[in-house]
Amino acid sequence: MEFKYDVVVIGGGPAGLAAAYSAWEQKDTKVLIIERLEELGGILNQCIHNGFGLHYFREELTGPEYAQRFIDRLKETDVDIMLNTMVTDISSERVITAINPVNGCFEIKAKSIVLAMGCRERPRGAISTPGTRPAGIYTAGAAQRYANMDGYLVGRKIVVFGSGDIGLIMARRMTLEGAEVIAVLERGGVPSGLTRNIVQCLDDFGIPLMLNTTVVDISGRSRVESITIAKTDSRKNPIPGTEQKIDCDTLLLSVGLIPENDIPEATGVRMDPRTNGAVVYENDETTTEGIFACGNILQVHDLVDYVTSEAIRAGKGAAQYAKNGEPGSEGLLDVEVDTNMITYAVPQMIRPANVEKNVDISFRVRDRYEDSRIVVKDEEGNYVARYGVKAYIIPAEMQRITLPGKMLEKAKGSKIIIGIEKGE
Amino acid sequence: MKKVVCILCPRGCEMTVTGEEDNIKVSGNKCDKGIDFAKTEAFSPERTLTSTVHISGGIHTMLPVKTSKAIPKDLMAEAVKLIGKAEVSSPVKTGDVIIANILGTGADIIATRDM
Repeated sequence: MEFKYDVVVIGGGPAGLAAAYSAWEQKDTKVLIIERLEELGGILNQCIHNGFGLHYFREELTGPEYAQRFIDRLKETDVDIMLNTMVTDISSERVITAINPVNGCFEIKAKSIVLAMGCRERPRGAISTPGTRPAGIYTAGAAQRYANMDGYLVGRKIVVFGSGDIGLIMARRMTLEGAEVIAVLERGGVPSGLTRNIVQCLDDFGIPLMLNTTVVDISGRSRVESITIAKTDSRKNPIPGTEQKIDCDTLLLSVGLIPENDIPEATGVRMDPRTNGAVVYENDETTTEGIFACGNILQVHDLVDYVTSEAIRAGKGAAQYAKNGEPGSEGLLDVEVDTNMITYAVPQMIRPANVEKNVDISFRVRDRYEDSRIVVKDEEGNYVARYGVKAYIIPAEMQRITLPGKMLEKAKGSKIIIGIEKGE
Repeated sequence: MKKVVCILCPRGCEMTVTGEEDNIKVSGNKCDKGIDFAKTEAFSPERTLTSTVHISGGIHTMLPVKTSKAIPKDLMAEAVKLIGKAEVSSPVKTGDVIIANILGTGADIIATRDM
């Protein structure tokens, strides 16, 4: 049997669901979603807390409800879905090799491909914590899956290392389920999760947040018995003499996410070391023709709503590529940032002729800026666009601007530069 | 006087609530939405509760649920205990009521996905 599609979406999480629906909406497009698990929805299925959808649906939903809305939409389409299917290779000619229990190892030919495989959590090995290797050390997301889908509580006396949102949310969940969360530790001086999560997940339950604190030892033979913590200096290194032992049976890690890019990297898709995701054009197309990327595989998001809008753009781009081929790149603009204030921007390049009306650009700032505005300048230093003054711009929140195509036409030179200026 | 941190948006204003009953004053809020939040938060804080119940015959062993509206914060622990005792069987649709009017709050515990 030969499998041929216009658009193949790899990954059935929030990015894949929205990309597939958006590609299907582009009329007469044959679309397939490949998902390695037994159901669609991705990480949303284990994010049972609320706070999703405020931007996209204008109401507050839980993760599973958000996923359900897109799954229900897809039921009204002729998009094909392959579950329990693992992609092992993608060629630059867009032939996908996959395995599943029904077809064995097989190939799928795609006119275009959308990469929507999300990200993984940074594990213990990525943060070089010394100590023994007992049971009881989990990433926060793994503990979340066990608790919310499988019904297992991973421990009784818990310390959370890292103040990312998943760690904060799990501190609340484990407390409500009867565990004792002793503390949440953060190596730096500011929590990496949102303030609202500090309040409703920690303060509500009297869980202490210990800033400038790191784990310097883990002990226990078969199970975690204790950890040793220490204060950190301004460079986040432990300060000798400040060590303190905490008895616990579990250590949860919430120390960041890494886009899952092994397969596209092997295909030769160009990566951006700042995002650990692909370098993309205005329609989320990578530098490998006909291969698109969106969601957490492209850049780690904090709001699923923004994943959805990025994926809609990728799905549309992929369907258009399947019909019309590669768009022209006359007048190509590089999207650069003022590196003192901004860490990266996505997309990294814009083909002005392929911008229909606007192009959305997302980026993250290095520091907290108050009463400031986002500005876009061209190579000669002229303003291409200036946005309204914002009361605050913070690193924990991804920033997004909508740049009208008309303004791009004014840009002189071969690049635009995004910066932050003090507002008046 | 009570200190309240706003959770309505990521900005997280630190507000001060003074006075009682019909003479409540809020300061530190940077938008009007903060005033109502601060008043409720200072005197009768509420939260939407999310949790899971056991399900038989489903693709997973747990079904995610939530309260249909916010409930008083100090009832959360008791509500979780009740939810933990509930058991349902597949099929369940999003929005199905699992426990009606939990603890007399007027909020139902409802399913948040099909299973």
